[in-house]
Amino acid sequence: MKAAAFDFVQPSSLDEACEHLSRAADDPQIIAGGQSLMPMLAMRLVRPGLVIDINKIETLSGVVEQDGGVTIGACTRQTDAETSPVVSGRLPLLRKALRFVGHDQTRNRGTIGGSLAHADPSAEICLTAVTLGAKITLTSAQGQRDLAASDFILGPMTTAREENEILTAVSFPIWAADGRVGTGFQEVSSRQSDFAIVAAAAQVAIDDDGICRRAAVAVANATPAPIRLTAVEDGLVGQEPTAAVVDPLLPSLESVLEPEADLHASGTARIHIAKTLVKRAILEATEDAAADD
Amino acid sequence: MTDSRPKTTVSMTINGAQITADVEPRMTLLDFLRDELDLTGTHTGCEHGVCGACSVLLNDVPIRSCLMLAVQANGERLTTVEGLSDPDGSLSLVQDCFWETHALQCGYCTPGMLIAAQALLQRNPDPSREDIREAISGNLCRCTGYGQIIEAIELAADRLNQRTGKAAR
Repeated sequence: MKAAAFDFVQPSSLDEACEHLSRAADDPQIIAGGQSLMPMLAMRLVRPGLVIDINKIETLSGVVEQDGGVTIGACTRQTDAETSPVVSGRLPLLRKALRFVGHDQTRNRGTIGGSLAHADPSAEICLTAVTLGAKITLTSAQGQRDLAASDFILGPMTTAREENEILTAVSFPIWAADGRVGTGFQEVSSRQSDFAIVAAAAQVAIDDDGICRRAAVAVANATPAPIRLTAVEDGLVGQEPTAAVVDPLLPSLESVLEPEADLHASGTARIHIAKTLVKRAILEATEDAAADD
Repeated sequence: MTDSRPKTTVSMTINGAQITADVEPRMTLLDFLRDELDLTGTHTGCEHGVCGACSVLLNDVPIRSCLMLAVQANGERLTTVEGLSDPDGSLSLVQDCFWETHALQCGYCTPGMLIAAQALLQRNPDPSREDIREAISGNLCRCTGYGQIIEAIELAADRLNQRTGKAAR
């Protein structure tokens, strides 16, 4: 359980980091919070020749509200995002999701960008990014590009990031006033804060008559990557999201989910859990919107 | 066969003392504390971030020392379980409460539990039972079954509140 030998650099600028990363012969790997990479190094699942620590690049940390969205620097610690007033005020879904991410000890080091770049299928931050249609920013020595979260996360631990690119930021859209916004986040895991067996997230905008004007609903760990449930979303818009409205929408999950069986749950169980959690998340979000004055 | 790499000089503050040492990049903070500095109070458990036995305070917040490289701790301030006790070596308030409620059997998880408890009480001097359960949720204990550990932290919080105005120790 000891990492194989590697060289280590700690650049203070993004340009410098990109330059190190472009030297493919060194087989470089980026470290931020290290909460996923360190176990992989210890188990020798990865054996980089060079580890590039991006923690000292100050421009990669922080939460800012800009252009109708919230942009979070890749190296922002999960704890700092959780306690950020901007996140609490403008991205309540992420705030709720972060309560389920790891433990105190891991959230204090773990970063928002690191969780996205690692792309564990059960990851709550990835689920939130897909639910809200967040934009992922990738930077290399050649320039910068943005990808929608659902185009970035391709499957378990697989992303569209090229080897010479660094995930530098994620931008979540803030919903313009379509009514009162409510959020719901539901998860089943074997212990508090453990990996999600299945997780579901919902954000709804409800007008003064209690009618849903906009809905975003997604589920994690029942497909190789988090997935938006568009049939459910379409079925909610124009309706009052009660249990009687939600129930008939749930069978649509059966055709989109492709759950894997593992030690924790069979595929059939995962579909059942997903339906239950999706319903709870939508009802939680609707109640949350009603309570939001 | 060893494939060693050039060492880097790091310096950090550990339990109030300034430390300077040369470390190989791949060495974890945990191995550095135990093998280079003989601070063996911090325990090696799973070495991949699951058990919490290696928890230490980094700038007053709890982290897992197996999930951080020693080179990354350059310039930082650390507290290990050795730094919790009073300067004369007597037990801290939290340690004393663990002793009093018999919150340990084999003692393997204890340093990590103490660090988690200390961090919780520094942040929240009046935690609910639920807060305590959550604060130690990242620490595995395989003998006492957590009941007495929660009791110890509750007792420590009570005693702290009796001495209001004082820091958690």
